Amino acid sequence: MKTDNTGSMPGDRRAPMLRRPFFWIIALVIVAFAIVPAVGNNVELRESLLLATVYITLASNLNLMLGYAGYINFGSIVFFGLGGYISVYLISAEGWPLAAAEFAAGAAVSLLALFFGLGILRLRGAFFALATIGINEGVEAFVSNFEPWGGSAGLYLSTTIFAPLGGPMRALWIIYFLLVAVMGASLYLSYAVKTSKFGLGLMAIGQNEDAAGVLGVPAPLYKAIAYSLSAFLPALAGGLYFFKGAFIQPPDAFDLSLSTEAMVIVMLGGRGTITGAAIGAYLYEELRGFLLTSQSFSNFQLVISGVLLLVIVLFVPGGLMGWIYGRWPRVKQVLE
Amino acid sequence: MDGVLIGSVYGLAAMGLTLIWGVMNVVNLTHGAAIVAGMFALYLLTSGIDMPPYAALPLILVGGFLIGVALYWIAVHRMIGRPPLMILLSTFSVNLVVIGLGTAVWGTGLFNVAVALPGVTWRRYTFSGTHILAAVLTAIIAGSLYLFLYHTRLGKAVRAVANNREAAELVGIPTTRVLSLSFGLGVALAGAAGMLIATMFPFTVLSGDAYQLKSFVVTALGGLGNPAGALVGGVALGLVEGFAAQFMPVSWTLVIEFVLFVVVLIIFPRGVFAFKRS
Amino acid sequence: MTALLEIDGLNKSFGGLRAVSDLSFVVREREILGLIGPNGAGKTTVFNLINGVFAPDRGRVRFHGVDITGHPPYHIARHGLARTHQIVQPLAELSVLDNCTVGACFGRENLSLARAGAAAREAAVFTGLEDRLSTPASQLTIAGKKRLELARALAARPRLLLLDEVLAGLNPTEIERMVKVIRSIREQGIAILIIEHLMQAIMGLSDRIVVLNSGQKLAEGAPTEIANNTAVIEAYLGDPALATTLHGGAQP
Repeated sequence: MKTDNTGSMPGDRRAPMLRRPFFWIIALVIVAFAIVPAVGNNVELRESLLLATVYITLASNLNLMLGYAGYINFGSIVFFGLGGYISVYLISAEGWPLAAAEFAAGAAVSLLALFFGLGILRLRGAFFALATIGINEGVEAFVSNFEPWGGSAGLYLSTTIFAPLGGPMRALWIIYFLLVAVMGASLYLSYAVKTSKFGLGLMAIGQNEDAAGVLGVPAPLYKAIAYSLSAFLPALAGGLYFFKGAFIQPPDAFDLSLSTEAMVIVMLGGRGTITGAAIGAYLYEELRGFLLTSQSFSNFQLVISGVLLLVIVLFVPGGLMGWIYGRWPRVKQVLE
Repeated sequence: MDGVLIGSVYGLAAMGLTLIWGVMNVVNLTHGAAIVAGMFALYLLTSGIDMPPYAALPLILVGGFLIGVALYWIAVHRMIGRPPLMILLSTFSVNLVVIGLGTAVWGTGLFNVAVALPGVTWRRYTFSGTHILAAVLTAIIAGSLYLFLYHTRLGKAVRAVANNREAAELVGIPTTRVLSLSFGLGVALAGAAGMLIATMFPFTVLSGDAYQLKSFVVTALGGLGNPAGALVGGVALGLVEGFAAQFMPVSWTLVIEFVLFVVVLIIFPRGVFAFKRS
Repeated sequence: MTALLEIDGLNKSFGGLRAVSDLSFVVREREILGLIGPNGAGKTTVFNLINGVFAPDRGRVRFHGVDITGHPPYHIARHGLARTHQIVQPLAELSVLDNCTVGACFGRENLSLARAGAAAREAAVFTGLEDRLSTPASQLTIAGKKRLELARALAARPRLLLLDEVLAGLNPTEIERMVKVIRSIREQGIAILIIEHLMQAIMGLSDRIVVLNSGQKLAEGAPTEIANNTAVIEAYLGDPALATTLHGGAQP
């Protein structure tokens, strides 16, 4: 295998999946997430890692748009929130089992994203970014006024909801493992897209959409597919997350600051890199935990996110992975 | 038609956005923060040192200008010539910092600046005094901006840079200074608009996002980089809002505006009221 | 020889300005057709109308028997029409090879990623970029970026190649290399429509030439005919030096 291609695309696109080291690195991360808290039944660690799985899921999927196609999606959280609403509604009002509700939510949100995407992706750059804020605001306003979903009061699940999963204690573990699976699927999805022709097309769009079009990349379609694809797993994560809390309300479901955090994570780890999105999410989650517990900082979380983002954009636009690639270019042949 | 009066202030805010856009091709996501800063500046000046509300306007214009120039050097200058994504992110992060600080200091509760002005009744319509004065001041500021852009040397330099930055550079225009000046002006206009809005309506730290969206809708209506179009677009939005308010709850306004924004951009990418730029 | 590209009564205005009016010409299979004209004559606009960057106000574009008028650029690229840009448009952060792979993947043959890699490498080697395969496109010299434009277009294995001033900004040695490359592209059976300001080069390369002035066709014919056409010389009179080279270039 020739490895003369150390550009931003993977060097060994032609190697079978199972022979690529990065495939196994992802597998290792998933297994570690699943096993480490389970050993010794460490509930505290599990709760902390659970948040990390959500962040990694959101960041990896955001990366499809932001990192690959170069489109800012300020409203990525809308997928998470809608996924949560749909599955909580199907479980509470229609009595669907968790798995069915989850997949229905994922499919519905993806379809909706495809529909929105075909419309707003005709907008370029900043206009698209603004439209994504609008979608989030619009959906939130709609849900707040939508009586079947409880309007602004939200939806509750009864405590008996965990019974089919073997009671609350066991259910929390199951939900955690499912979230780890969603996170793993997100990482593999990012990797599969990155090493595909579709991913190459997205990256061409991200570099120069006009030039990509002239080279034959069907940009409108690819962008809409990427947008829709980036909706599915966050919708599943949202479904699980709000199922766990047994409660969903518009301000939590469509909290724009989570979208913002996902962006900070992607930029922190390195735009367009899978490892970066994962490490960035983990680092950010640790940082946030620290900030929330220390008295003097808890009010300044937004400020700190903002300063962090500004510093990254100004001084290390490649993020952590960009910096590492710059120092040790060989890393690029292993980590994506 | 109260919508015309309110809309003209939206137009003023949008002018700040569209000026920066037209001159430097930068989408300024600190715009909402600048509007909120104008609101809170008025609140502080009137409640803190008992300044008469409208005396704060020149102070806010000057202060906004200086802050805008400073912001240009901090967050924008290094981004010129980099991918547009980066400018969006850097101005967005400044916005986060400002809103975050505002939330930490003032919380997210409602604030109100009481301005006692008699209203004017004409036939069966009554217009509030603050709305009339806001529209008059907007007209004065917009007129001054026009005089500046079209009848001063510096204004011509600004237009030259907007037209073709490289050519302007070649004929000896200090483009970097012009860019920082334009950014300062844009922020000053946003601050002034925020201040005038605060004389009319109650506000919170988070109001900026809504008014920023309005500015973008107005810009979409009026055509990008077109200050005169911004004023017309603002008035149009004011009318639409006044009209919509008769049929649906206020919480839907933002949704309507967003839909309008997307539809307008898709159907009229150059703006509904896009005049030809001379 | 049959017509590969047929342009029929093309019109395009921007605001009040008529950039192209009633333009018709054909490019035949395996032909090199030169498109020349003074600055602002509308040459690049013609390219943009052909490959779908702009839709014409009136007129048709037929390519390989298909009406492609108003189709989006990516659709036209799939039909086998590739182009280079006057102002180079590299996919800056992607490597040279990846730039070419994009061309190959989404070009006429719609290749899979693996097969596109081979086509891309071939095109890069052909244009002399073989030791730059893993360099990010942004780090190439201007001559390198021009070659990359060409390599990317070739990787698509097109039927027709639109070349927009690929020689501008190159030094004499680089020009000589590029001219050789263009000749050998034609030998592969690819037709070429080329815009060029360097009269000597285009007069030597082209089988036929179309002269454009203020968006209208001023003349059409073999290079020697064009060089002796009084209307053409007049159009270039604003630039006497150009008029001289126009004349000199036609005698090989």
